[in-house]
Amino acid sequence: MSLNAFITEETIDGADEGPLAGRTVAVKDNISTEGVRTTCGSEMLEEYVPPYDATVVERLKEAGATVVGKTNMDEFGMGTTTETSAFGPTKNPVDESRVPGGSSGGSAAAVADGQADLALGTDTGGSIRCPAAFCGVVGIKPTYGLVSRYGLVAYANSLEQIGPIAPTVEGAAELLDVLAGPDKRDATTREVERESSYADAADGDVDGLSIGVPTELLDGADDGVLDAFWDVVADLESQGATYHEVNLPSVEHAVQAYYVIAMSEASSNLARFDGVRYGVSGGYEGNWNESFARSREEGFGAEVKRRVLLGTYALSAGYHDKYYAKAQDAREWIKRDFDDAFSEADVLASPTMPVPPFELGESLDDPLQMYLADANTVPVNLANLPAVSVPAGDVDGLPVGLQLVGPKFGEATIVRAASAAE
Amino acid sequence: MTAQALEQRDLTVVIGLEVHVQLETATKIFCGCSTEAADDEEPNTRTCPVCLGLPGALPVLNEAAVEAAVKIGKALDADVAEETRFHRKNYYYPDLPKNFQITQYDAPICSDGTLEIAVEGDRRDVGIQRAHLEEDPGSLQHEGGGIDTADYTLVNYNRAGTPLMEIVTAPDFRGPAEVRQFLAKLEEVLEYLGVFDSTRDGSLRVDANISLVPSEEARADGTIPTDALEAANRTEVKNISSHKGAEKALAYEVTRQKNAVERGRGVEQETRHWDESRGITVSMRSKEEEKDYRYFREADLPPLQVADWKERVPIPELPDARRERFREEYGLDAEAASKLTSTKEVADFFEDVAAEFDPDLAATWVADNLLGELNYRGMEITDVSGRLDEFKRLVELVAAGDITVKNAEEVVLREMLDEGDDPDTVIEREGLGKAAAGEVEGAVEEAIEENPEAVEDYHEGEEGALNYLVGQVMGKTGGSADPGTVNQLLRERLE
Repeated sequence: MSLNAFITEETIDGADEGPLAGRTVAVKDNISTEGVRTTCGSEMLEEYVPPYDATVVERLKEAGATVVGKTNMDEFGMGTTTETSAFGPTKNPVDESRVPGGSSGGSAAAVADGQADLALGTDTGGSIRCPAAFCGVVGIKPTYGLVSRYGLVAYANSLEQIGPIAPTVEGAAELLDVLAGPDKRDATTREVERESSYADAADGDVDGLSIGVPTELLDGADDGVLDAFWDVVADLESQGATYHEVNLPSVEHAVQAYYVIAMSEASSNLARFDGVRYGVSGGYEGNWNESFARSREEGFGAEVKRRVLLGTYALSAGYHDKYYAKAQDAREWIKRDFDDAFSEADVLASPTMPVPPFELGESLDDPLQMYLADANTVPVNLANLPAVSVPAGDVDGLPVGLQLVGPKFGEATIVRAASAAE
Repeated sequence: MTAQALEQRDLTVVIGLEVHVQLETATKIFCGCSTEAADDEEPNTRTCPVCLGLPGALPVLNEAAVEAAVKIGKALDADVAEETRFHRKNYYYPDLPKNFQITQYDAPICSDGTLEIAVEGDRRDVGIQRAHLEEDPGSLQHEGGGIDTADYTLVNYNRAGTPLMEIVTAPDFRGPAEVRQFLAKLEEVLEYLGVFDSTRDGSLRVDANISLVPSEEARADGTIPTDALEAANRTEVKNISSHKGAEKALAYEVTRQKNAVERGRGVEQETRHWDESRGITVSMRSKEEEKDYRYFREADLPPLQVADWKERVPIPELPDARRERFREEYGLDAEAASKLTSTKEVADFFEDVAAEFDPDLAATWVADNLLGELNYRGMEITDVSGRLDEFKRLVELVAAGDITVKNAEEVVLREMLDEGDDPDTVIEREGLGKAAAGEVEGAVEEAIEENPEAVEDYHEGEEGALNYLVGQVMGKTGGSADPGTVNQLLRERLE
């Protein structure tokens, strides 16, 4: 039985030589590929073929990678299970009755199942780390500004980054080495000084590393997940790391703040899909607005419509200050909490997801449960920080992920720590 | 203010403007697409993923647009922000590629400026509340009908992403003529700054808010209190595209509003569309909902620090100051000073000539002769800016008396413009030159000595004798002498 990891299987050859020569890479279907359709898991873009490559795709090709296809995802990245895709859910290769996590579920499943050596995911509120954790692979959400977003179809542009998914920490770091670096087409990218490659940082040396454990990110986690988490912390301790508890008092507002910001930005980012150039179009009676509304009603799935409507509401006159402005305040508090925490720890550790993978269909009827499962991942996006999810044992055979968060542009530190946890 | 309350009262017209000007930058505001002659291109050819708003494309700020904005800020004596900050203005319209416009909201690049205009001889400052940068949408072409009746509408994104400056004035205008003056002045200043091209289609677009307020509400200094303005019903007139059009549209609107008040109907608060071809304003869809643009920060554009740009970015001398200086420095009269500062290029050209020759001579040759001949040919000073040296050579020849004024004006200058030749080439071809004064005088002497009979005939009143002598002189100078000059010299010598 197919896992339904890919929406489009198509080979895009890269350069003959390069650091990724001979490697296959699966690319999430919200990353533009010239001449190969890029659907974002949406009926709206079912036939959209970009005329240009995303910067990361150019970099893959230059590095000699072979792209093997475009992976399934929650529609426009809006989901934690890959079940909101218009192209059907992806199954978790570890247990096909379970979801692979999301929204980069197809990418994580393809890597876990060996259908690709490596994959690109995107992470707006956990969309790389969640499926990496659920499928038992490694995923890195880079610092905002490390990897170009040019060509990434925006869901929430102030929050998201493209990042690697791989079977090993070193593999993910090697891919990150290819992706990272400034791009004149993305004004938010930064030049970052690197002592060595990220791959070289995967040396397993955690002697003297100070690990902070934010107590707030353990609250409400599944017991089995917590057991697996503490086992891996103990293992890191045995390798010379130390740990202590830290506090991130503002993260209690993170999920609300995240969803207000993400949905607000989404309501604007997705406005261009009005049937004129994408999606179902034409032949409607009535004025432009009515035609646009019909097209969007038909082209978008339920979760996308929910988020666009909520985001529109949050930005509207009379509600803007109550929701959007407050969420921005909370984002600032959360950034400050992380700054404080990093004054006393090199990395912060928590379970990536508080629960093991859901049963297929389990969470679809309860969006709130799905949103709350993002509690440990979304603060990282709000604070623009880097984080990795690395396999940390299992609960009854279902994978558990360890999340390690680093300071801004501290990718080498989290790669080093994660390589010791593998 | 109800219609009844306005009846029988002395009314003051109050107008405020939102002026959109396209900035003359080589490339668009957020991508590398050329802005040059975008209107003449095949539709949708001057586009890229960014200005088409393709999924995944990101804007990158063109610093040249910011520089142009800073120049405008300086020229309008406005405050310039310390950093750029952009917002998204969200609304659905088919000419808007992303269905939001990237614009400035809470931190416009320029604020609190003024532009001086002359109203019936009195100088008066018009307040500039703000001026901000934004991207131009694409353009729509309605096929088979008007905006509401077309069979279908075509979208052209060539214009999309052209940098725009939206300049918002205070409600400082008391009549349509003032608006026209302001806009003409604004265009002149912007052209001096080199950031604007008024000849370009769609480069100026004006929305005007206009209302009638009881005259007694005005303060002593002529300003109208905010509550009086808010009490008045105002109409917004859109689709004005020139300073002349603005005067016509607003004159129509003043009459329409006054008539409505006089007939007791009152003025409806609405948006009206200026129909230039019919010369009237027409009501656009009435009962338009209050727009909620859901502004929020554009995260894709980090702020650009421009705190020191106001010092760093130079602007040229502005037209009023230059006119004043021309009068003082070169002793020009008001008309000549005005003509010679009509554009920055004309003024620069004049000063280049005046630097080497007598300013009066330079003024005559640039303001009267050159501009006149250019105008006659539908040419601009910019068409000959590269031929400054040739023009100077012509003036030099005239100043030295090497060529007659008449020949210089009527033959050399015209052929320079028509044939593209330099003055010496024209003079040689037409045989006008280098009959130096001494040479002509020598020839005159010779002719008189060699033709005593003709001299005698002349003294006896035979006019034909003089013509004969002129012919002799012309022959001796190889035809290069000016017959008029020869004629005159002969008469002087023979008297």
